[in-house]
Amino acid sequence: MASPDNIVVIRDLTKRYSQGDIEVTALNRVSLNIATGEFLALMGPSGSGKSTLLHIIAGVDRPTSGECHVQGVDVARLNESQLADWRNQNIGFIFQTFNLIPVLTAAENVELPLLLTQLNRSQRRKQVAAALDLVGLSDRSHHLPRQLSGGQEQRVAIARALVTDPALIVADEPTGNLDSHSAQDVLTALQSLRRDAGKTIIMVTHDPKAAAFGTRQIHLEKGELS
Amino acid sequence: MALPITYNLRNVIIRWRSTLATIIGIALVVAVFVLVQALAVGLEKSASNTGDPRNVMIVRKGSTAESSSMVSLEQFQTLHYWPEIARDAAGKPIVSADVLTLISQPRIDGKGEANVSVRGLTAMGMELRPQVTLVSGRWFAPGKREVAVSSRLARRFASFHIGDQFRTAGNTFTVVGEFDGGNTAFDSEVWMDADEARAIFDRQSYSSVLVRAVSPAAALAISAKIDTDKRLPLRADSEVKYYSEQTSTALPIKILGNFLATAMSIGAVFAAMNTMYASVGARTREIGTLRVLGFRRRTILAGFILEGALLAAIGGVLGCLLSLPLHGYSTGTMSFNTFSETVFQFRITPWLACKGILFAITVGILGSLLPAIRAARLPVIASLKSV
Repeated sequence: MASPDNIVVIRDLTKRYSQGDIEVTALNRVSLNIATGEFLALMGPSGSGKSTLLHIIAGVDRPTSGECHVQGVDVARLNESQLADWRNQNIGFIFQTFNLIPVLTAAENVELPLLLTQLNRSQRRKQVAAALDLVGLSDRSHHLPRQLSGGQEQRVAIARALVTDPALIVADEPTGNLDSHSAQDVLTALQSLRRDAGKTIIMVTHDPKAAAFGTRQIHLEKGELS
Repeated sequence: MALPITYNLRNVIIRWRSTLATIIGIALVVAVFVLVQALAVGLEKSASNTGDPRNVMIVRKGSTAESSSMVSLEQFQTLHYWPEIARDAAGKPIVSADVLTLISQPRIDGKGEANVSVRGLTAMGMELRPQVTLVSGRWFAPGKREVAVSSRLARRFASFHIGDQFRTAGNTFTVVGEFDGGNTAFDSEVWMDADEARAIFDRQSYSSVLVRAVSPAAALAISAKIDTDKRLPLRADSEVKYYSEQTSTALPIKILGNFLATAMSIGAVFAAMNTMYASVGARTREIGTLRVLGFRRRTILAGFILEGALLAAIGGVLGCLLSLPLHGYSTGTMSFNTFSETVFQFRITPWLACKGILFAITVGILGSLLPAIRAARLPVIASLKSV
C-alpha cells in the first residue's frame, strides 16, 4: 500500500467524536497521499478537521475507521507505548504556541526528545548545538523561553522538532502567534528544511500567505477534501 | 528515560510562592516529629550510656527497677566474697551495696514538687562509676547529713545548689557538691553515704548490689551462680544490659510522637496534594507537549511523584534545621520505671535526621500520588489545547 515515494498514505479515514449528546464527524472518508520531501499546506476554516487530520498522521489521535500509514506503519494499530516511541523517532512537532518548557533553557528544550534515545550526553549536546545552529540560535542556547522573542521561541521549537532527525515534521499553525517578520523567518526555515535536509513537512494553516511557502496546498471543508 | 531532575527542581523553585507554604508545613511536621523522637532518643541514650561493661548489677528477681528491689544483708554477705568478683589494690572486693529511695522536693520554677532519686553508696560505689565526676564543691562526708547533687538536677530543683539545705525524712541535708553524670542515668540522682541513707530512711536491706567481675566470663558465672542458688532470689545482669532495659519511659513519648506526627502528616499530605494538583493544573499543556514528544505516561507519573518528594525533602531538611537548636538541651520527665524525675537531653542523631527527611519524603510521595496519576492520564489532545 505504501509507495516508496509516499511517506503518508491515508485511505477512507473517518474520525467521529461525541460532543455532549451530539456526534461530530471531524473527518469523513478522507484519502490522501503525501510524497516524501513534500511541504504540504493543509488549509481550511476552523472546525474543518485539518488539525484532527494532522494529529492522526502524527500519532497523537486515533481514527474511528480507515487507515493511516506513515512510512509504511499503520499508526492506528500501535498501542499507547509503541505510539510514544514511534512519535519520538519519526515525528517532529511544531505548535502554534511554541510549547517550550518554561523552566528549561533553549538547549535543554531542544535536548528533551533526545533523552528518549540511546545517545550519550556528549552526542546529545553535539546534536542540540547543530540543531540550534541550523535555526540561527546558537548564541541563545542558555536562555530561558521567557528571555526569547516569539520568533526565537518558535525557532527553538523547530530545532527541537528536527533534533531527532525525523522524516516527517508536522506544524500546527506555526505562524499563528507571530508577527509577519517572525512568521517569514519561521516559514523560510521550514522551507530550507525541506529543500536542504529533505524533510517532509505538513503544515496546518489558515493563512494563504503561509500556505504559499508549501509545495502543495490542500483544503479541508467539513471534514472532507475539497 | 526519566525527565531531567533539573526540570523537577526548577519547577519546585519557580513556583516558590505556592510551594513555600507546603514546604513550611512539612518542615513544621518534621520538626515536631524529630523533636519528640529526639526526646525518646535522649532518654534511651541516657539509660544506655549508664553501664560499665565490667560491672554486674544484682537486684531482686522480678523487680523492674532498683527502687522496687531489695537485697538483704545476708544475701549481700553471701555473694560479697565470691572469687569471680574483682578486688582492689588492698585486696577488698569491688562491690557496692546501694540504697535507692525517693524524696519529694520543690521545683526551681515553683511549679510544685517532684520525686528525686537519692542513692546511698560507698566509696567503692563511686569507684564502680568512673563516668561520674565532681564538677564543683566536694563529695559528701559520711554521718554529716551531706549530699552531692547532679548539676542537671541542681538546675531543676529549688534547694539543690551548693550550700543549700533541704529537709526530708526528719533530717536537714546540706548540698556540698555537684557532679556530672556524663549523660547517664546518674544525672538524675542525688548521692549520699549508703549506711547513713539506710539509717535515715529506715531500710533493713539494700536496693541493689553492683560488683566488678574479674572477667567477662566471671560476669556470666556470677549470673549463672545467682540463677541456680536457691538462697538467692536475685537476678544478675551486666550493668549495661540492666540500664538499656530501663527505657520503657521512652515508649509513651515515642507513641505520642508517632501519633502527633501521623495526625500532622495527614494535614501535610493534603497540603502537598493541593500544591501538586495546582502544579498539574498550571502545566497541563506542558504535560501534553511532553507526551507528544514521546515521554510515556509512567515517566510523567514518576516525574510528578519525584517533584512532590523533592518538595517534601526540602521541607524535611528545613524541619531538621529548625529542630537542631534544641539538640543537647536538657529537660526532664517523670520516669515510669523509677517514678522520679529523669533528666536527659534532646538528642538529634544523624539517623534521626535521616528518619525525619524520609518521613517528609513519604508525605511528599503520598501527597503527589493522585495529582501525578491525574497528570499521567491527561488526554494528549485536550492537554495541548489547554490555555
